[in-house]
Amino acid sequence: MFSLEGFLDLPLIWYALIATAVFLYVLLDGFDLGVGILFPFAPTDQCRDAMMNSVAPFWDGNETWLVLGGGGLLAAFPLAYAVLMPAFYIPVIVMLLGLIFRGVAFEFRFKAKEPTRWIWDYSFHFGSLAAAFMQGVIIGAFVQGVEVTGRSYAGGAFDWLNAYSLMTGVAVIFGYALLGATWLVMKTEDLTQQWAAKTASYTLIYQALFLAAVSISMPAINADIRQLWFSLPNVFFLAPLPGASAVLIVLIWRHLRRGKEVGPFLMSFGLFFTGYLGIGISMWPYLVPFEITFRQAAAAPASQSLLLVGTVVLLPVILAYVAYCYYIFRGKVSGESHYY
Amino acid sequence: MFEHLDPVFLARVQFAFTVSFHILFPSFTIGLASWLAVLEWRWLRTGKQVYADVYKMWVKIFAVTFGMGVVSGVVLSFQFGTNWSIFSDAGGNIIGPLLGYEVLTAFFLEASFLGIMLFGWNRVSPRLHFAATVIVAAGTLVSAFWILSANSWMQTPVGFRVGEHGLLYPTDWLEVIFNPSFPYRFIHMVTAAYLTTAFTVAGIGAFYLWKKRHIAHARVMLGMAMIMAVFVAPLQLLFGDMHGLNTFEHQPAKVAAMEGLWETTRGAPLVLFGWPDQEAEITRYAVEVPKLSSLILTHSLDGEVRGLKAWPENERPPAAVVFWTFRIMVGLGLLMIATGVAAIVLYLRKRLFEARWFQYWCMALTPAGFVAVLAGWFVTEVGRQPWIVQGVLRTADAVSPVMAQSVALSLAAFIVVYLFVFGAGTYYILHLINKGPEDGEGVYGGHGMEQPPLVTDVARKKGGRHVQS
Repeated sequence: MFSLEGFLDLPLIWYALIATAVFLYVLLDGFDLGVGILFPFAPTDQCRDAMMNSVAPFWDGNETWLVLGGGGLLAAFPLAYAVLMPAFYIPVIVMLLGLIFRGVAFEFRFKAKEPTRWIWDYSFHFGSLAAAFMQGVIIGAFVQGVEVTGRSYAGGAFDWLNAYSLMTGVAVIFGYALLGATWLVMKTEDLTQQWAAKTASYTLIYQALFLAAVSISMPAINADIRQLWFSLPNVFFLAPLPGASAVLIVLIWRHLRRGKEVGPFLMSFGLFFTGYLGIGISMWPYLVPFEITFRQAAAAPASQSLLLVGTVVLLPVILAYVAYCYYIFRGKVSGESHYY
Repeated sequence: MFEHLDPVFLARVQFAFTVSFHILFPSFTIGLASWLAVLEWRWLRTGKQVYADVYKMWVKIFAVTFGMGVVSGVVLSFQFGTNWSIFSDAGGNIIGPLLGYEVLTAFFLEASFLGIMLFGWNRVSPRLHFAATVIVAAGTLVSAFWILSANSWMQTPVGFRVGEHGLLYPTDWLEVIFNPSFPYRFIHMVTAAYLTTAFTVAGIGAFYLWKKRHIAHARVMLGMAMIMAVFVAPLQLLFGDMHGLNTFEHQPAKVAAMEGLWETTRGAPLVLFGWPDQEAEITRYAVEVPKLSSLILTHSLDGEVRGLKAWPENERPPAAVVFWTFRIMVGLGLLMIATGVAAIVLYLRKRLFEARWFQYWCMALTPAGFVAVLAGWFVTEVGRQPWIVQGVLRTADAVSPVMAQSVALSLAAFIVVYLFVFGAGTYYILHLINKGPEDGEGVYGGHGMEQPPLVTDVARKKGGRHVQS
């Protein structure tokens, strides 16, 4: 049987690949969910048209990274997939329903006549809001650990629900709003852009507060994480991470103030990266905290090998044509169009 | 209030509901994408505006349907875990990579080039736009390849071994991917998708002819659809027969349920109609054609066909559902073939686009493909019960450790949301159909924008040249 096990650390490679896919999902769907979150707060209908059009060609591709994360987890770490999905049953279902309302809104809003268009405006907004909130709740519940017996989830239906996970849910809403706002600064002009820049500054402040809250609380609620971050010599290696976050927050603020268009968006990516890396380091090496490591959850080497070959060949191609699509739709959008 | 609910039953109902809803969309978009590619090709080759108009009408319907297919499909990629976590754990080594390849080879391709197909009219050259349409069409077929390979493996599992904790390990990937039922199921399903699209398009074309609107466009729709009915519908009978023989070889209990046959019989009759009674182990009120079942399945009048009693009670599929959905599927297939025959006769008499009765007939058959596809999936999925992986893992042993209450509530939520959202989608599609194609609408197709797409190029704008339609 074909296997690359002999000369590659397959579980580690797959851990990195899944982490990358989920991170790309967070960034890419993050900005279009963020646009949905900010949608009703825009000053005019024309702004809303421009906002929706700025993400319409991309949302489907962005959401595909979520399918890759889910499908990839099933393929590479089936045990983790089999434990986490029942554990987060309710938030996952609500997230999926939210994504349905968000996804259909793009097509339906274009087709709806004036008197009923508001349905799809709210469908877009609340769908995005619910999906973002539930993703945050899942992260918050995830870092607190999952109860496992044997090879199955052993907790209750509402183990994910507590003040901490609700807080991270709200944190992700503001995080995505920041991505959405800085995306709009880059992709729109005039009134929409001015409003987006102002909104980005507000959400940046909230995002900074939530980042601080999460950074302080994670070591506080778990002794192992505390040990990891604050023992010597780790503290010296890891200190640059929160430091980088702080620097990025200041830089985004200043770029927004100076009316820069691209910088805030890219640096918001950076801010997400430092936060994501921080969570990843804290959870290492668990895929189901604090029960199952990525090595224990790994699929058969033959399975990981087969998909790895495809990934190595196809992922660069995918990234190339995704980049090409962003290139095709480069430049500013406007809300000048009229619909029938 | 939920104490008596069976979590396995609920999980099955929920999965059946979401997957049945989902399959309606790809059944339509697989065929529609290919047809749109043909239309755009005809347009580029002939320069005839009618092809462009028809393309632009149907690409809007495609966009709505595809969007609904995407969101209902994302749900499924998580439901393997939320509903069938034990199966995900045990079968993940085999199913996982197949689904992973579906995402890598098809989903990204479709999603990315769909953007160009819908919004790229004035951003890329016509040739590149055509390429985007072809790529999306190819993506739908590649997607069908992988998902049907995974489904077929669960029906006819080979190329694996059972290890510790009941986990399944692949031993030969080519055997897994090209498992015994896969080629038949793939061809049968893709053909079904093409016919579903053809009969929908035919119905809409007939509607315009009946209303005496958009005559030139309607002739293209009905004419091209009838080419499919004439040539592909009879082929589907052949493919279906081959698929049935394959099932007879690998899943004989399913065939026994399809035939409503309880006793193992030499020279088994074909039961045309009847009511299989699971308790009494007989098929009541049976109308039979002697020896025909043996002839079809074994190609011999006295061939042996195993009846359901050959399996213990806990290994039998529920016969009545399988029996009846099979007859619905075959019945609709025969009506499609009859439509093709009628079309030939009318064409030779030069009345294909004029005969009123034929327009009613085609309008009546508009949903035929969807109903037949659903019925066919019920045959094959209910027919493999009580197994989730035939002969290896029982459905009842594969269910997630999730409380019945959670499943019942989420099932209710899915029903409410799907009926509302996809009901609205159907309404908008009907609206687009009623509006019909527009003559020489300009090149700005997708999303019914009358003005150019909103993404205007900075460079163009700075040059002061606003793109006008």
